[in-house]
Amino acid sequence: MIWAAVLAGSIGCYLLKLAGLSVPPRILENKLVQRIAAALPVALLSALIVIQTFTSGHRLTLDARAAGLAVAVVAVALRAPFLVVVGGAAVTAALIRLIF
Amino acid sequence: MNTEIQPDRRSIVRDAVGIGVATGAYGLSFGAISVASGLSMLQTCALSLLLFSGGSQFALVGVLGAGGSAVAAAGTAVLLGSRNALYGLRLAPLLRVRGLKRATAAQLVIDESTAMAVGRDSPRAARLGFWSTGLSVFVLWNLGTLLGGLGAQSLSNPEVLGLDAAVPAAFLALLAPRMRARQPWVVALAAAAVALVAVPFVPAGVPVLLAAATAALLVLRGRGDGGRNDSDSTDSTDAAVEAK
Repeated sequence: MIWAAVLAGSIGCYLLKLAGLSVPPRILENKLVQRIAAALPVALLSALIVIQTFTSGHRLTLDARAAGLAVAVVAVALRAPFLVVVGGAAVTAALIRLIF
Repeated sequence: MNTEIQPDRRSIVRDAVGIGVATGAYGLSFGAISVASGLSMLQTCALSLLLFSGGSQFALVGVLGAGGSAVAAAGTAVLLGSRNALYGLRLAPLLRVRGLKRATAAQLVIDESTAMAVGRDSPRAARLGFWSTGLSVFVLWNLGTLLGGLGAQSLSNPEVLGLDAAVPAAFLALLAPRMRARQPWVVALAAAAVALVAVPFVPAGVPVLLAAATAALLVLRGRGDGGRNDSDSTDSTDAAVEAK
Protein backbone atom coordinates (compact mmCIF):
# COMPACT_ATOMS: atom_id res chain seq x y z
CA MET A 1 0.00 0.00 0.00
CA ILE A 2 2.86 2.36 0.80
CA TRP A 3 4.47 1.49 -2.53
CA ALA A 4 1.21 2.34 -4.32
CA ALA A 5 1.24 5.82 -2.73
CA VAL A 6 4.96 6.29 -3.50
CA LEU A 7 4.59 5.33 -7.16
CA ALA A 8 1.26 7.07 -7.80
CA GLY A 9 2.51 10.26 -6.12
CA SER A 10 5.77 10.14 -8.08
CA ILE A 11 4.09 9.55 -11.44
CA GLY A 12 1.45 12.23 -10.80
CA CYS A 13 4.02 14.82 -9.74
CA TYR A 14 6.31 14.02 -12.67
CA LEU A 15 3.47 14.33 -15.19
CA LEU A 16 2.57 17.75 -13.73
CA LYS A 17 6.17 18.92 -14.11
CA LEU A 18 6.33 17.60 -17.68
CA ALA A 19 2.95 19.13 -18.55
CA GLY A 20 4.20 22.54 -17.44
CA LEU A 21 7.13 22.34 -19.85
CA SER A 22 4.95 20.95 -22.66
CA VAL A 23 1.59 22.76 -22.80
CA PRO A 24 1.07 26.11 -24.55
CA PRO A 25 1.84 29.03 -22.19
CA ARG A 26 -1.61 30.54 -22.82
CA ILE A 27 -2.95 28.54 -19.87
CA LEU A 28 -0.78 30.60 -17.53
CA GLU A 29 -2.65 33.73 -18.59
CA ASN A 30 -5.86 32.37 -17.12
CA LYS A 31 -6.26 34.37 -13.88
CA LEU A 32 -8.45 31.71 -12.29
CA VAL A 33 -5.82 29.00 -12.85
CA GLN A 34 -3.20 31.30 -11.31
CA ARG A 35 -5.29 32.07 -8.25
CA ILE A 36 -6.23 28.47 -7.55
CA ALA A 37 -2.61 27.41 -8.04
CA ALA A 38 -1.51 30.08 -5.54
CA ALA A 39 -4.22 29.18 -3.01
CA LEU A 40 -3.73 25.37 -3.11
CA PRO A 41 -0.31 25.18 -1.41
CA VAL A 42 -1.45 27.63 1.28
CA ALA A 43 -4.58 25.57 2.04
CA LEU A 44 -2.78 22.22 1.96
CA LEU A 45 0.15 23.34 4.11
CA SER A 46 -2.14 25.04 6.60
CA ALA A 47 -4.38 21.95 6.88
CA LEU A 48 -1.35 19.64 7.20
CA ILE A 49 0.08 21.80 10.01
CA VAL A 50 -3.06 21.63 12.17
CA ILE A 51 -3.72 17.94 11.38
CA GLN A 52 -0.18 16.90 12.24
CA THR A 53 -0.16 19.02 15.39
CA PHE A 54 -3.64 18.79 16.90
CA THR A 55 -4.95 15.32 15.98
CA SER A 56 -4.21 11.69 16.84
CA GLY A 57 -6.15 9.31 14.64
CA HIS A 58 -9.69 10.68 14.59
CA ARG A 59 -9.41 12.62 17.86
CA LEU A 60 -8.45 16.24 18.44
CA THR A 61 -5.55 16.40 20.90
CA LEU A 62 -3.32 18.93 22.61
CA ASP A 63 0.13 17.59 23.49
CA ALA A 64 3.87 18.28 23.24
CA ARG A 65 3.59 18.82 19.48
CA ALA A 66 1.63 22.04 20.10
CA ALA A 67 4.51 23.44 22.13
CA GLY A 68 6.85 22.42 19.33
CA LEU A 69 4.71 24.28 16.81
CA ALA A 70 4.60 27.37 19.04
CA VAL A 71 8.41 27.44 19.10
CA ALA A 72 8.44 27.00 15.32
CA VAL A 73 6.08 29.98 14.93
CA VAL A 74 8.44 32.16 16.98
CA ALA A 75 11.45 30.90 14.99
CA VAL A 76 9.71 31.65 11.69
CA ALA A 77 8.69 35.11 12.91
CA LEU A 78 12.37 35.76 13.74
CA ARG A 79 13.27 34.54 10.23
CA ALA A 80 15.39 31.71 11.60
CA PRO A 81 16.86 29.22 9.07
CA PHE A 82 14.87 26.10 8.17
CA LEU A 83 16.86 23.72 10.34
CA VAL A 84 16.44 25.96 13.41
CA VAL A 85 12.65 26.02 12.88
CA VAL A 86 12.40 22.24 12.50
CA GLY A 87 15.05 21.41 15.11
CA GLY A 88 13.55 23.86 17.61
CA ALA A 89 10.14 22.22 17.31
CA ALA A 90 11.58 18.71 17.68
CA VAL A 91 13.76 19.57 20.69
CA THR A 92 10.88 21.39 22.41
CA ALA A 93 8.52 18.42 22.02
CA ALA A 94 11.22 15.99 23.14
CA LEU A 95 12.06 18.05 26.24
CA ILE A 96 8.42 18.37 27.25
CA ARG A 97 7.98 14.59 26.97
CA LEU A 98 11.14 14.08 28.99
CA ILE A 99 9.96 16.37 31.80
CA PHE A 100 6.29 15.37 32.08
CA MET B 1 30.75 43.47 -20.55
CA ASN B 2 32.68 40.32 -21.37
CA THR B 3 34.70 40.52 -18.19
CA GLU B 4 31.53 40.59 -16.14
CA ILE B 5 30.12 37.42 -17.64
CA GLN B 6 32.60 34.97 -16.11
CA PRO B 7 32.23 36.09 -12.47
CA ASP B 8 28.48 36.15 -12.99
CA ARG B 9 28.46 32.54 -14.17
CA ARG B 10 30.66 31.54 -11.26
CA SER B 11 28.35 33.25 -8.80
CA ILE B 12 25.31 31.48 -10.28
CA VAL B 13 27.00 28.11 -9.78
CA ARG B 14 28.15 29.09 -6.29
CA ASP B 15 24.59 30.05 -5.33
CA ALA B 16 23.38 26.76 -6.80
CA VAL B 17 25.75 24.74 -4.63
CA GLY B 18 24.77 26.81 -1.58
CA ILE B 19 21.09 26.13 -2.16
CA GLY B 20 21.93 22.46 -2.69
CA VAL B 21 23.70 22.27 0.68
CA ALA B 22 20.80 23.97 2.48
CA THR B 23 18.34 21.63 0.78
CA GLY B 24 20.53 18.64 1.65
CA ALA B 25 20.13 19.54 5.32
CA TYR B 26 16.39 19.71 4.74
CA GLY B 27 16.70 16.26 3.07
CA LEU B 28 18.20 14.92 6.31
CA SER B 29 14.99 15.81 8.14
CA PHE B 30 12.88 14.33 5.35
CA GLY B 31 14.75 11.02 5.47
CA ALA B 32 14.44 10.85 9.25
CA ILE B 33 10.75 11.78 9.30
CA SER B 34 9.87 9.40 6.46
CA VAL B 35 11.46 6.41 8.19
CA ALA B 36 9.89 7.47 11.50
CA SER B 37 6.50 7.57 9.71
CA GLY B 38 6.82 3.88 8.85
CA LEU B 39 8.26 3.92 5.33
CA SER B 40 11.17 1.60 4.56
CA MET B 41 14.60 2.92 3.61
CA LEU B 42 13.97 1.90 -0.02
CA GLN B 43 10.57 3.64 -0.12
CA THR B 44 12.07 6.78 1.44
CA CYS B 45 14.90 6.94 -1.10
CA ALA B 46 12.51 6.13 -3.97
CA LEU B 47 10.41 9.18 -3.02
CA SER B 48 13.40 11.52 -3.13
CA LEU B 49 14.61 10.06 -6.44
CA LEU B 50 11.26 9.71 -8.22
CA LEU B 51 8.91 12.28 -6.67
CA PHE B 52 11.62 14.87 -5.90
CA SER B 53 9.51 17.72 -4.55
CA GLY B 54 10.02 18.44 -0.85
CA GLY B 55 6.57 19.68 0.14
CA SER B 56 4.82 16.83 -1.67
CA GLN B 57 7.13 14.26 -0.09
CA PHE B 58 6.53 15.57 3.44
CA ALA B 59 2.79 15.61 2.73
CA LEU B 60 2.81 12.04 1.42
CA VAL B 61 4.64 10.55 4.40
CA GLY B 62 2.61 12.76 6.78
CA VAL B 63 -0.72 11.42 5.48
CA LEU B 64 0.56 7.82 5.46
CA GLY B 65 2.01 8.23 8.96
CA ALA B 66 -1.37 9.46 10.22
CA GLY B 67 -3.01 6.30 8.83
CA GLY B 68 -4.29 7.78 5.59
CA SER B 69 -4.97 5.68 2.48
CA ALA B 70 -2.61 5.48 -0.49
CA VAL B 71 -5.12 7.48 -2.54
CA ALA B 72 -5.30 10.31 0.02
CA ALA B 73 -1.50 10.36 0.41
CA ALA B 74 -0.78 10.42 -3.33
CA GLY B 75 -3.66 12.86 -3.94
CA THR B 76 -2.32 15.36 -1.39
CA ALA B 77 1.20 15.07 -2.82
CA VAL B 78 -0.02 15.63 -6.39
CA LEU B 79 -2.21 18.62 -5.43
CA LEU B 80 0.73 20.20 -3.61
CA GLY B 81 2.89 19.47 -6.68
CA SER B 82 0.53 21.31 -9.01
CA ARG B 83 2.56 24.49 -8.54
CA ASN B 84 5.43 22.77 -10.37
CA ALA B 85 3.27 22.74 -13.51
CA LEU B 86 3.01 26.54 -13.28
CA TYR B 87 6.78 26.78 -12.80
CA GLY B 88 7.18 24.68 -15.96
CA LEU B 89 5.02 27.10 -17.94
CA ARG B 90 7.34 29.94 -16.95
CA LEU B 91 10.49 27.90 -17.58
CA ALA B 92 9.56 26.47 -20.99
CA PRO B 93 10.42 29.60 -23.04
CA LEU B 94 13.71 30.03 -21.13
CA LEU B 95 14.91 26.42 -21.33
CA ARG B 96 13.61 25.56 -24.82
CA VAL B 97 14.22 21.84 -24.31
CA ARG B 98 12.82 18.93 -26.34
CA GLY B 99 12.75 15.15 -26.30
CA LEU B 100 14.93 13.40 -23.75
CA LYS B 101 16.35 16.69 -22.47
CA ARG B 102 12.84 17.94 -21.72
CA ALA B 103 12.01 14.68 -19.94
CA THR B 104 15.14 15.14 -17.81
CA ALA B 105 14.54 18.83 -17.17
CA ALA B 106 10.97 18.11 -16.05
CA GLN B 107 12.17 16.10 -13.06
CA LEU B 108 14.25 19.10 -11.94
CA VAL B 109 11.34 21.60 -12.07
CA ILE B 110 11.02 22.54 -8.39
CA ASP B 111 10.80 25.71 -6.25
CA GLU B 112 14.55 26.23 -6.02
CA SER B 113 15.55 25.65 -9.66
CA THR B 114 12.69 27.88 -10.86
CA ALA B 115 13.58 30.69 -8.49
CA MET B 116 17.19 30.55 -9.67
CA ALA B 117 16.19 30.64 -13.37
CA VAL B 118 13.45 33.27 -13.67
CA GLY B 119 14.40 36.94 -13.54
CA ARG B 120 17.87 36.43 -15.03
CA ASP B 121 19.29 38.94 -17.53
CA SER B 122 19.74 36.38 -20.32
CA PRO B 123 18.26 33.00 -21.28
CA ARG B 124 21.80 31.60 -21.00
CA ALA B 125 22.06 32.66 -17.36
CA ALA B 126 18.54 31.35 -16.76
CA ARG B 127 19.50 27.94 -18.18
CA LEU B 128 22.67 27.82 -16.09
CA GLY B 129 20.70 28.78 -12.98
CA PHE B 130 18.10 26.10 -13.66
CA TRP B 131 20.43 23.21 -14.45
CA SER B 132 23.09 23.95 -11.82
CA THR B 133 20.52 24.47 -9.05
CA GLY B 134 18.35 21.53 -10.14
CA LEU B 135 21.28 19.10 -10.29
CA SER B 136 22.91 20.35 -7.10
CA VAL B 137 19.64 20.09 -5.17
CA PHE B 138 18.88 16.66 -6.69
CA VAL B 139 22.23 15.17 -5.64
CA LEU B 140 22.32 16.68 -2.13
CA TRP B 141 18.59 16.18 -1.40
CA ASN B 142 18.98 12.46 -2.17
CA LEU B 143 22.19 12.21 -0.18
CA GLY B 144 20.52 13.98 2.77
CA THR B 145 17.52 11.66 2.52
CA LEU B 146 19.75 8.59 2.66
CA LEU B 147 21.72 9.82 5.69
CA GLY B 148 18.62 11.05 7.54
CA GLY B 149 16.84 7.76 6.94
CA LEU B 150 19.83 5.74 8.16
CA GLY B 151 20.00 7.95 11.26
CA ALA B 152 16.33 7.46 12.09
CA GLN B 153 16.59 3.72 11.46
CA SER B 154 19.04 3.45 14.33
CA LEU B 155 16.54 5.06 16.74
CA SER B 156 14.22 2.85 18.74
CA ASN B 157 11.47 5.44 19.27
CA PRO B 158 11.46 8.56 17.07
CA GLU B 159 8.92 10.33 19.29
CA VAL B 160 11.58 10.64 21.98
CA LEU B 161 13.44 13.00 19.66
CA GLY B 162 10.29 14.94 18.85
CA LEU B 163 10.46 14.01 15.16
CA ASP B 164 6.65 13.98 14.96
CA ALA B 165 6.69 17.67 16.01
CA ALA B 166 9.28 18.41 13.31
CA VAL B 167 6.80 17.66 10.50
CA PRO B 168 4.33 20.51 11.14
CA ALA B 169 7.30 22.81 11.74
CA ALA B 170 8.63 21.91 8.30
CA PHE B 171 5.23 22.71 6.75
CA LEU B 172 5.15 26.01 8.66
CA ALA B 173 8.54 27.00 7.26
CA LEU B 174 7.22 26.32 3.75
CA LEU B 175 3.97 28.21 4.41
CA ALA B 176 5.34 31.34 6.11
CA PRO B 177 6.78 33.09 3.03
CA ARG B 178 3.39 32.79 1.30
CA MET B 179 1.57 34.67 4.08
CA ARG B 180 2.51 38.28 3.30
CA ALA B 181 -0.92 39.38 2.04
CA ARG B 182 -4.46 39.21 3.45
CA GLN B 183 -5.73 36.69 0.88
CA PRO B 184 -3.58 33.72 1.96
CA TRP B 185 -4.66 34.24 5.59
CA VAL B 186 -8.32 33.84 4.63
CA VAL B 187 -7.48 30.67 2.70
CA ALA B 188 -5.17 29.28 5.41
CA LEU B 189 -7.61 29.84 8.30
CA ALA B 190 -10.57 28.44 6.39
CA ALA B 191 -8.55 25.40 5.29
CA ALA B 192 -7.30 24.71 8.83
CA ALA B 193 -10.82 25.02 10.27
CA VAL B 194 -12.37 22.71 7.67
CA ALA B 195 -9.62 20.12 8.16
CA LEU B 196 -9.95 20.06 11.97
CA VAL B 197 -13.76 19.89 11.88
CA ALA B 198 -13.60 17.00 9.39
CA VAL B 199 -11.04 14.88 11.28
CA PRO B 200 -13.48 12.93 13.51
CA PHE B 201 -15.85 12.11 10.65
CA VAL B 202 -13.87 11.19 7.52
CA PRO B 203 -11.01 8.74 6.76
CA ALA B 204 -7.46 9.91 7.53
CA GLY B 205 -5.99 12.05 4.76
CA VAL B 206 -9.37 13.23 3.50
CA PRO B 207 -9.49 16.39 5.72
CA VAL B 208 -6.48 17.75 3.83
CA LEU B 209 -8.21 17.15 0.50
CA LEU B 210 -11.35 18.90 1.82
CA ALA B 211 -9.13 21.84 2.76
CA ALA B 212 -7.87 21.98 -0.83
CA ALA B 213 -11.45 21.95 -2.11
CA THR B 214 -12.26 24.79 0.30
CA ALA B 215 -9.45 26.89 -1.17
CA ALA B 216 -10.70 26.28 -4.70
CA LEU B 217 -14.25 27.26 -3.66
CA LEU B 218 -13.03 30.44 -1.97
CA VAL B 219 -11.18 31.45 -5.12
CA LEU B 220 -14.14 30.62 -7.37
CA ARG B 221 -16.44 32.71 -5.19
CA GLY B 222 -13.95 35.57 -5.27
CA ARG B 223 -13.23 35.54 -1.55
CA GLY B 224 -9.77 34.08 -1.84
CA ASP B 225 -8.22 36.94 -3.80
CA GLY B 226 -8.98 39.83 -1.45
CA GLY B 227 -10.67 41.63 -4.33
CA ARG B 228 -7.34 42.21 -6.02
CA ASN B 229 -6.07 40.96 -9.33
CA ASP B 230 -2.35 41.02 -8.76
CA SER B 231 -1.71 37.50 -7.55
CA ASP B 232 1.05 36.24 -9.78
CA SER B 233 2.89 32.97 -9.91
CA THR B 234 6.16 34.84 -9.25
CA ASP B 235 4.92 35.37 -5.70
CA SER B 236 5.21 31.71 -4.90
CA THR B 237 8.55 31.46 -6.67
CA ASP B 238 10.03 34.31 -4.66
CA ALA B 239 8.48 32.83 -1.56
CA ALA B 240 10.13 29.51 -2.29
CA VAL B 241 13.60 30.94 -2.44
CA GLU B 242 13.16 32.85 0.79
CA ALA B 243 12.07 29.66 2.47
CA LYS B 244 15.59 28.31 2.16
